[in-house]
Amino acid sequence: AMAEPESGLSLTIARVVQRLQGSSLHSQLERQARVSLHKPEIKLESLKEDIKDFLKTSGWEKKLQNAVYSELNVFPSLCHPAAPPEHIKEPLAYMRKAQGSWEKRILKSLNSMCTELSIPLAQKRPASEQKELLNKWNEMGTDEPDLSLFRPVYAPKDFLEVLMNLRNPNYENGEQPSFRNHLGLIQVPLKVKDISELKEDFSELGLNIGQLGIDDSAQVPPEFFENEHVRVGQKVLAEQDSAAAQQYVRQGCPTALRADLWALILNISNQPEDILYYEQLKSNVIQHNLLVDSLIYKDVKLTASNDDYYFVFEDYLYQVLLCFSRDTSVLEHFTYSSATPPKSYIQGKLGMEEYAVFYPPNGVIPFHGFSMYVAPLCFLYHEPSKLYQIFREMYVRFFFRLHSISSHPSGIVSLCLLFETLLQTHLPQLFYHLREIGAQPLRISFKWMVRAFSGYLATDQLLLLWDRILGYNSLEILAVLAAAVFAFRAVNLMEVTSLAAAEAVLADLSTLKVMPLLQIFLFATVT
Amino acid sequence: FRTMAGKVKWVTDIEKSVLINNFEKRGWIQVAENEDWNFYWMSVQTIRNVFSVETGYRLSDDQIVNHFPNHYELTRKDLMVKNIKRYRKELEKEGSPLAEKDENGKYIYLDFVPVTFMLPADYNLFVEEFRKNPSSTWIMKPCGKAQGKGIFLINKLSQIKKWSRDSKTSSFVSQSSKEAYVISLYINNPLLIGGKKFDLRLYVLVSTYRPLRCYMYKLGFCRFCTVKYTPSTSELDNMFVHLTNVAIQKHGDDYNHIHGGKWTVSNLRLYLESTRGKEVTNKLFDEIHWIIVQSLKAVAPVMNNDKHCFECYGYDIIIDDKLKPWLIEVNASPSLTSSTANDRILKYNLINDTLNIAVPNGEIPDCKWNKSPPKEVLGNYEVLYDEEMAQSDGPERDLRGRSGQSTGAKGSRARDLGKPVLTTWK
Repeated sequence: AMAEPESGLSLTIARVVQRLQGSSLHSQLERQARVSLHKPEIKLESLKEDIKDFLKTSGWEKKLQNAVYSELNVFPSLCHPAAPPEHIKEPLAYMRKAQGSWEKRILKSLNSMCTELSIPLAQKRPASEQKELLNKWNEMGTDEPDLSLFRPVYAPKDFLEVLMNLRNPNYENGEQPSFRNHLGLIQVPLKVKDISELKEDFSELGLNIGQLGIDDSAQVPPEFFENEHVRVGQKVLAEQDSAAAQQYVRQGCPTALRADLWALILNISNQPEDILYYEQLKSNVIQHNLLVDSLIYKDVKLTASNDDYYFVFEDYLYQVLLCFSRDTSVLEHFTYSSATPPKSYIQGKLGMEEYAVFYPPNGVIPFHGFSMYVAPLCFLYHEPSKLYQIFREMYVRFFFRLHSISSHPSGIVSLCLLFETLLQTHLPQLFYHLREIGAQPLRISFKWMVRAFSGYLATDQLLLLWDRILGYNSLEILAVLAAAVFAFRAVNLMEVTSLAAAEAVLADLSTLKVMPLLQIFLFATVT
Repeated sequence: FRTMAGKVKWVTDIEKSVLINNFEKRGWIQVAENEDWNFYWMSVQTIRNVFSVETGYRLSDDQIVNHFPNHYELTRKDLMVKNIKRYRKELEKEGSPLAEKDENGKYIYLDFVPVTFMLPADYNLFVEEFRKNPSSTWIMKPCGKAQGKGIFLINKLSQIKKWSRDSKTSSFVSQSSKEAYVISLYINNPLLIGGKKFDLRLYVLVSTYRPLRCYMYKLGFCRFCTVKYTPSTSELDNMFVHLTNVAIQKHGDDYNHIHGGKWTVSNLRLYLESTRGKEVTNKLFDEIHWIIVQSLKAVAPVMNNDKHCFECYGYDIIIDDKLKPWLIEVNASPSLTSSTANDRILKYNLINDTLNIAVPNGEIPDCKWNKSPPKEVLGNYEVLYDEEMAQSDGPERDLRGRSGQSTGAKGSRARDLGKPVLTTWK
């Protein structure tokens, strides 16, 4: 039975209060309230009201609002009071089971690499090595460790194979496969939105509404939309209102305002304690060497270092990702992720819980392409600790859903199903043709979605896309874009006769303009 | 109906595919140098011969070449500096607002070349300047070489003693131009991106100097050093850190053959707008256009404006950490070698667009034409400065004459420089 609205709301309030209690914002508010007692406008007889007014006018109420808004964004809104914690992670049992098996496989692969190479998972660095690393902190890219024996723990296509084999054991589909059934690779009955629902959800992308990425092109006079949009953006930043920012960026961020708008939405303010925390992580990196460090190096060398846009920022990527691996605050996101952090045991103490540690400390094992989540952010933030915090927040809000098995609407499984359904419904001829020639569309689009299109689109286009991810607090736009790309190249795709040829048609997305593609697909295609 | 006689006959002494492919795709016919030719893409050595007093010959109306006879007024490091200094003095003498100086005696609008001296001629002047900032670093460049050859950094007078000794000898034998050097103040606070130093390579096509008509190629690029930049003195000898020439970077350990350490100018713009804001980014790009035009104006009076000539220059510009652009040098023969696949495409398109402007319709040229191509053939070029248009129109001209100058997101938007010099663009 569904929880009653009132108890659901009070539950949410209680949860948010609990999360914010003891946070640094809480102590700052207390301090501010105490300091305000000295002010003449605070009178004893109306103490509570006066303090509240003071907090409002001094902007502290807004900061609290932003923090609450942030919490509501991240956590699922309604949950039954009696729901056990694993249901908050993932309500469907078969999904939990599948995620568990997948995690076992990954860990096995990591441990066997470890044994093969006789490298410990973690090791303290000798003092000389620590000193050297500290000196080279800003140019780790020039290091050339021998990475030939390391291999990525898994690549997106391995993950796709797992998703293809997902089945709901409670679902009996007695029908024979026919043109009525879902003919894609994903065979689980999750609910995904159809075009009319998407049109409603993404209404701000409609044809009659100004967009950055369309209405700011050289041919359009800036007086029509752009100038006003920039003015509104500056106002939103001046007000420091997270919710308003989130609404605003649905129409795209002006390049000069984007860094601040994203920080506002993600509630990142780069306080001294945040910088200190980052420095602490850095010293952890200096002191201890982790096996995953080599995986990170390898990934960066294989992907970002070879990318036309991101090679410049190679060193920043190490500075972010090495710290990320050691950040235990990331473990918090596992309460609402279907994933569970892998456990490892101190040597010789296998199975003894008191000698168990999460490995890596943040519980996230990087895979091939992981560094591409960070790379685009380097265009916006050049201060390492701020870059770090923005990435961490993006990860625990969005990116983690792209490589874990769950039923969440923004989870990769739903995105794949949404993509295939959109294609099958609106471009049936193309879908059948590609299927016939052994070129299931998802085989090509999967890697785009897992990486949130990073490394496939030109950076300015990617940033316009990620504006909308933040604005709508959902990754569904990735599936819509993937379908729109297929729609755009439909004519060429109809002529190919093999998977390789289809891949070739879709190999280069660097010239695509994402907003027109999305707009046309959602609002200008006959349904 | 076109006969063979109607096709352009071409010669080149530079065996590069980006050139030859462009000639062939136009259906032009390759001939030898001693035959009748219409179009000769020549190296700078050859242009010297063509226009030399002894061996030179007269070009006929249907012949075009890709260099101006005395391009070295712009493309030799020492002459470029000399011409700019002369130009500034002239403007100062005539009381032009462009030559305005600040309270430290520095030109406000025309200070875009790092302090430079010729050696050995200006040795004493250099020593005076050096002593004002004894901790500064200077870069020594041979006047006649390219591709970063023979360049080195110094931070002590003793390192260039050789040039002082020679200038003191009474039986001073004039140095051959090969051994003349320029010494410039080294920009030791370059703008770093990702911690790396870079410079800008921009292509500028000049079809005529008087009136000045020049075009900027929209697809310039940044060349990054593969090794982390450090101003520390111990790294002065490591040329991989300091020089951004691809010819040098290519031999570094970290050179990557996919991107070649190159970034597009649009990436630079996106990065700067995102991290520094739109106004300062626009100002930077406006200043870059400004210094290119000023450098061309500086040499225009001394250039032999031979109507058979056009030239595509490679401009090297460094941006410092205050977002001020500095003109480092101008190349008459920008490299047509491709270090990556992207590079090959870019250079192929560059030549293609250049030929479309220089040889209208791909037909046998008539050097008497007005050198005013229609907008449609510009390709990736945009008008940087058109002196004729600047002079003919009235106050409206400010917007139109500067149209397309910025190679940013809005190619055709006029921008407000915010400087009083705005009106003196004419």
